[in-house]
Amino acid sequence: MIDRRLLTHFDWMLFCVTAALCVVGLAAVYSAIYVKSPAIYKKEIYWLLIGLSLMLTAVFINYSLLERFAYVIYGASILSLVAVFAIGRSASGAKRWISLGFFTIQPSEFAKLALIVVLARYFSARNMPERGMGLKDLAIPALFLLVPFLMIAKQPDLGTGIILCMIFGSMALIVKIRFRVIAGLVVAFAVAAPFAWKALKAYQKARLMSFLDPAMDIRGTGYHIMQSKIAIGSGGMFGKGFTKGTQGKLMFLPEHHTDFIFSAFAEEWGAIGSLVVISLFLGLVLGGLSASNTSKDRFGFLLSFGITAMIFWHVTINMGMVSGLLPVVGVPLPLISYGGSFLITTMIAVGLLINIRMRRFMF
Amino acid sequence: MSEYFKDREPSDLKGRAFFAAIIVAAAFFILLARFWYLQVKDSEYYGDLSKNNRIRSIKSPAPRGMIYDKNGIKIVENRPGFDLYLVPEDVKDWAKTKEQLKTLLDIPEETINDRLEQSEDRPPFQAVKLKEDLSWEDTVKIESFKFEMPGVILEVSPKRHYIYSDAFAHLIGYLGEISDRELKEFKDAQKYAPGDLTGKYGLEKSLENDLRGVDGAKEIEVDALGRKINIASRTASYPGSDLRLTIDIHAQIAAWDAMRDKAGAVVAIEPDTGKILAFVSAPAFDPNALAGGISKDMWRELTENPLNIFTNRPIQGLYPPASTFKPIHAAAALEEKVITAKTTIYSGPSFWFAGREYRDWKEEGHGTINVHRAIVESSDTFFYQVGLKMGVDKLAQYSRGFGFGQKTGIPLQNEKSGLVPSTQWKKAVYKTRWYDGETISVSVGQGYMLTTPLQLATAYAAIANGGKLYTPQIIEEIKTPAGKVTKSFTPMQRGSLNVSETTLNAVKEALMGVVHEHGGTAQSLGAGGLNIAGKTGTAQVSKLIKRTKNVKSITYRLRDHAWFAGYAPYDNPKIAVAVIVEHGGFGASAAAPVAHQVIKAYLKQTLENAVPKTAAEAVPKTAAEPVTKDKGKNEDGKPLQPAVPAEAVLTIKKEDTND
Repeated sequence: MIDRRLLTHFDWMLFCVTAALCVVGLAAVYSAIYVKSPAIYKKEIYWLLIGLSLMLTAVFINYSLLERFAYVIYGASILSLVAVFAIGRSASGAKRWISLGFFTIQPSEFAKLALIVVLARYFSARNMPERGMGLKDLAIPALFLLVPFLMIAKQPDLGTGIILCMIFGSMALIVKIRFRVIAGLVVAFAVAAPFAWKALKAYQKARLMSFLDPAMDIRGTGYHIMQSKIAIGSGGMFGKGFTKGTQGKLMFLPEHHTDFIFSAFAEEWGAIGSLVVISLFLGLVLGGLSASNTSKDRFGFLLSFGITAMIFWHVTINMGMVSGLLPVVGVPLPLISYGGSFLITTMIAVGLLINIRMRRFMF
Repeated sequence: MSEYFKDREPSDLKGRAFFAAIIVAAAFFILLARFWYLQVKDSEYYGDLSKNNRIRSIKSPAPRGMIYDKNGIKIVENRPGFDLYLVPEDVKDWAKTKEQLKTLLDIPEETINDRLEQSEDRPPFQAVKLKEDLSWEDTVKIESFKFEMPGVILEVSPKRHYIYSDAFAHLIGYLGEISDRELKEFKDAQKYAPGDLTGKYGLEKSLENDLRGVDGAKEIEVDALGRKINIASRTASYPGSDLRLTIDIHAQIAAWDAMRDKAGAVVAIEPDTGKILAFVSAPAFDPNALAGGISKDMWRELTENPLNIFTNRPIQGLYPPASTFKPIHAAAALEEKVITAKTTIYSGPSFWFAGREYRDWKEEGHGTINVHRAIVESSDTFFYQVGLKMGVDKLAQYSRGFGFGQKTGIPLQNEKSGLVPSTQWKKAVYKTRWYDGETISVSVGQGYMLTTPLQLATAYAAIANGGKLYTPQIIEEIKTPAGKVTKSFTPMQRGSLNVSETTLNAVKEALMGVVHEHGGTAQSLGAGGLNIAGKTGTAQVSKLIKRTKNVKSITYRLRDHAWFAGYAPYDNPKIAVAVIVEHGGFGASAAAPVAHQVIKAYLKQTLENAVPKTAAEAVPKTAAEPVTKDKGKNEDGKPLQPAVPAEAVLTIKKEDTND
């Protein structure tokens, strides 16, 4: 199955960028929590090893298998989300996890990948109208989005829900949507927004409000944003030094090893560190776009584009959030934030990118 | 494999991917710009915020200077104590924090709100002091609940400890929290913050600038819950200067022990220098209880006590000098040649003038006596006649020469100047002429004449030292904590009595006679070989009472004030003393024994020339104990009646003389 020729086209750039980001993530998680709970750090290493092996698997399978089993994968993902409701574990008011004995997994992370696969299959299998998709054409793909979205929103996990929407939107737009439909959706959204606002939970509303004015009450809801900006800003040009950050260590910055890990990293490594990591992510995203651009089939294109969109939105929303450009929605930073399920998801996703890019000369 | 790529190359999609790349580039550019903005442009601002987050600046108050007696025995020291602070920015739940402080320490919410309001201008994260000097019990309570109250912290700081509590109350004074007015008025107010302690009374107030050191600061690193992680930096505080007083602890304690259940004052002075050896005002307060943590009720009890606890009697108590004035009168008369030492005058039981009878204290009279016997026996009628002959203005002139009617210049607050009446004074104040009948009262130290105990003591010290009037001196020297003397004080002569040596010797012999001659009014002091010379006095508070040996049969408020002023040893005076016991009855029986104890305590150790090494050895144990249960009661166990305020004394005396 593994063609020797394939290896000559192995995209070392993507691999190295990913590896570098994993190293940064490992260092950041170490600095953030090693002293407090070394056990968590050990777990992160296990996750990385599992991720690496799954990534290599993803590199070397023929991605046509994914197309063939797209609906199976999607179905399995939905089942796992159902399982969360049945046997899920709760933590801080949300039911997102399934315990597998030694590990706990978060099916909603894998659901992102499943959605990408099923949409790539659906969009590539049909010839779309030249002028773009109409509402009718969008109905079925929207259903693919809506099922996991509603289940995840119910958990609740606003961040993952938003990412699913962004993935869907990106993929649908690249396939082309009729302008009238886009305009109509924008209007519909504007009308629906006040009702959606009512549906939000109190903490979600508070986050949005505090985003608008973080200085309003730095001890209250704006706390996250303010402390995060303080962490980043106080890093200055060269940072406070590895493990020398104070914002995270003294617990001023909450979630400094998960969603807000980049603030803690920027505090310790300064503008230089931020520049390096942002550049690495840019390399990853452009590498993903390049994989799409060189792919030889629609499914490969859509799959790699969907994956790239997922990574791009994660990076943009997370960094925008920690730097105070966007409201706080719990979106982790790929490969760096602590969290096994999303790490593995991202590594499999990057493996698929390498896979698609590797097969660009196959006919 | 090739059959897998069933569809055409997705060129349409690829064309659109270019736009995606542009969006990606734009998004990353915005992110980079954002991080540059935060980390390069505004990094200083966020750096400060980060530091404020974790660094709490806590003042470390400088220890105040210590205070020693003339021999170096410690009178005031500092001990460690806990203060309660609040860092408002760290408080997570105000309602809960306030409620817990109320339940644990009984700090009302209003107090907390007041404090926060007072410190509105403080830099962020600077701790606000809530309570000074917590008890051990309260400290333990706070320690065990502090994790439930983020923002509440305890800090150790030096606390004032007045070793002899009440004994030095009015001289040394006490500390209290700086008031808003003081914060505004103090010249170097930036040295103070709300909640700081400052001298409120006595030497603590007069020498605030010397006693107060330079506060240091401590920066502690805390985590998000306000828990202390470590000390980031320290600026050492610089302790205040130490004072060595002229006070002799033995004399002071003896004076306090004699006065603790009375109302009145004792002042002892070294005649040759004007140095104060003892300075007691009774009733007194415990300055330890006043520094910071006194309750409102306790404060009210102190301030509303009818005996005017906060009146500093040695310098603020105004009394007619009564018979203690007779030696001064005698000196004036001898000097003015109104009489000579040999002049004898018939001094009967009463003296009639302008149709009115002026009685002597002695019902049977003194017979025909000279000035020496007149002082020894304290004849009133003798001095009525001499005074009339000399005139009030001459008497006033000499009185002022002895230091009456003017402030002595002691460095304590609100000294009163007393009153030396004259025709001019009466015209200015009452717009009427002087009546000779009034001269009769003034000639025996009654009437308008008013003195403070300190004035009387300096006058007698001047008699003892041969005529030199000194400014009373309390401070011997001011030293840095390292022992380097920064200020040293020398005796300051402020005048002379302007009487000849012959005159002075005649007066001194008479004062010796008071104690050592037959018929002298203070013969009880003759025993013990202390060679005391002096004069008793009994200042009338009300004329209407029937004077009897059984003083206790008279209502307290109406009893006479008892005086004794004198010095010892008479051939080489080392100590001059003035004692007043308010409503004590007769000077000989109430005031003279007090003077005797003070003189004995002072001379005994001077003669033996033995300075005890420690305060504990030097001082009788009872002296250090604060007055507790028996406060406000006299020796009968009956509550003390209020002292007559100075104005009231003046009014009563007026009636007295006009009678």
